[in-house]
Amino acid sequence: MQHLGFSTNKLKIGSFDFTCCEGCQLQLANKEETLPEFLDLLDIRNFREISSERFDDYDIALVEGSISRSDEVERLQAIRKQAKILIAYGSCACFGGVNSLKNHFPPDECVHEVYGDSPVETLPVRRISDVVKVDFSIPGCPVSKDEVERIVVSIATGAMISLPKYPVCVECKQQLNTCLFDLGEVCLGPITRAGCNAVCTTGKTACLGCRGPAEDINYRSFRELVKEHGLSLDEMEEKLRFYNCFEEFRDDES
Amino acid sequence: MIYKVISKEEFSRFVDALIRENCSYGPREVDTDRHGNPVYQFRRVHSADEVAFDYTATHSSAKHLMLPYREELSRFRFSEGDWEQDIEYRVKPRLLVGLRPCDISALNILDDVLLNGKFPSPYYLAQRKNTFIIGMDHLPLPDCFCQSLNHHTVTKGFNLFCSDIGDSYYLSVNSSKALTYLKNFAIGDPTHEDDCRLIERRKLIKQSFQTEVEVTGLPSFLDIEFDSPIWQKWGDKCLNCGTCAMVCPTCYCYDTSERIDTDLEGASRQKQLYSCNLVDFAEVAGGHNFRPGNGDRLKYRYYHHYRGFAENANQQICVGCNRCGRACLADINPKDVINDLRMEKESCMICVSPSPPRT
Repeated sequence: MQHLGFSTNKLKIGSFDFTCCEGCQLQLANKEETLPEFLDLLDIRNFREISSERFDDYDIALVEGSISRSDEVERLQAIRKQAKILIAYGSCACFGGVNSLKNHFPPDECVHEVYGDSPVETLPVRRISDVVKVDFSIPGCPVSKDEVERIVVSIATGAMISLPKYPVCVECKQQLNTCLFDLGEVCLGPITRAGCNAVCTTGKTACLGCRGPAEDINYRSFRELVKEHGLSLDEMEEKLRFYNCFEEFRDDES
Repeated sequence: MIYKVISKEEFSRFVDALIRENCSYGPREVDTDRHGNPVYQFRRVHSADEVAFDYTATHSSAKHLMLPYREELSRFRFSEGDWEQDIEYRVKPRLLVGLRPCDISALNILDDVLLNGKFPSPYYLAQRKNTFIIGMDHLPLPDCFCQSLNHHTVTKGFNLFCSDIGDSYYLSVNSSKALTYLKNFAIGDPTHEDDCRLIERRKLIKQSFQTEVEVTGLPSFLDIEFDSPIWQKWGDKCLNCGTCAMVCPTCYCYDTSERIDTDLEGASRQKQLYSCNLVDFAEVAGGHNFRPGNGDRLKYRYYHHYRGFAENANQQICVGCNRCGRACLADINPKDVINDLRMEKESCMICVSPSPPRT
């Protein structure tokens, strides 16, 4: 059926999780006020948090989590083969996420710390795009359901998909928040991609950059201002490292 | 204009009555910064006690009450191959208390752009006409430079303006509505002594400015300095974060976007205040960006503010509140940028030292 010039056939979708907390998938089952309409757009073929039915004839694959085991590589490659569109969603899928902190320690030490005397096989954490081609990324820890909805509607209607290119400061100022630098904290808002509606800074928690760098950020100036405000560069580094979203910039300067 | 005098106690009662009866906004203390200084913002107030009448400056201007940061311009409903558009700009009457002269001037500038041009904005008009404004004078902060732009006093754009003359306020009454409300309270006509105290107060304000920015002839300076390397110098510091435009009382540039509802039965057209410093401000279809460099984007913000655009008769739109300067994490402020530009030109003209090479 045609409506407004596009097909109203439901999107055959699958959602898959790798190394992660499944929090982003949970977000998709959230926001009750539009949940029926949202699910109406979709023909859920494979999504264990929503339905126990499992089929492998999906067109769109939503992929959550990072890759840290060899069996995950195989599973991901099979998903890529099936999906016409593969969307990485959540900070783990897009950047490695919190899991990447493991990469900064000797692997044996990590395994022992977590599993004691019952070691498991593990690889250094990789983002989805390190393993297969990704068509689109939706960052965030967790993702914003509103943004996912907007993007799914764009796919359904054949509209252009985009993320804000500007940093969180825009949305933070729109909320009339007090700048966290004025409160003596290092906040990654000036260099992090907006789209979260500044949810953390509105709650007076510094931005840890879960949505990754905004476009064309001025990292050098950001680093300078942390110093000039008399704040700790170590604290800045720690925050930059948290979701592994700023790897390319950290290496430049340190 | 009608002039009256009211004691400060009676004024408190007057404002409290207005605030309690209306949806009201005023400067409120919202935080304490790392140096122990209070942080103020224009927020909803429910009684006069909540208003910080002695506030220094709010971090953001009151612009968002006239030009919301995000606003739905219209809604669309689709049915049977056709569509209907609903446009809604009704605003309930409200009170805005405590605006400084520079902020009222900013509204007058926005009036010029958004009401007096070829395409008046009904959205802005609804907000503006339904807002009862009580202005209050103040002694300038060390970095205020509104006097340089002649916005340290204001004669229009408010319903009532209060000048502090000691135990009482000298009221400039600019609307019949204001006079009607005031008649229920103890007001008097100004005595000769009150007039003298008002003149003294104005003199004190005028003499208290510590920051001056030389803006005479600035439009032609800016034309001459279009290719100056100074733009790149400041652009290199700029974070492209848009904070300056968000806190500014006159930055009105915006972006619109359309979004189809999740049920595909309707859509909404949204407006969002934008900033010429944001990376994609001048990006067009196909991803082409007319201003890809930080320095270019920063330059255009200064051009808009100090040289003006044709749409507002080439008027300077900066009112000298220095909110952008205070809020900028990278320490970019109008005073330093303009002085830098003038230094370059003036040193060149008297041949003391050569201008930096052009790139």
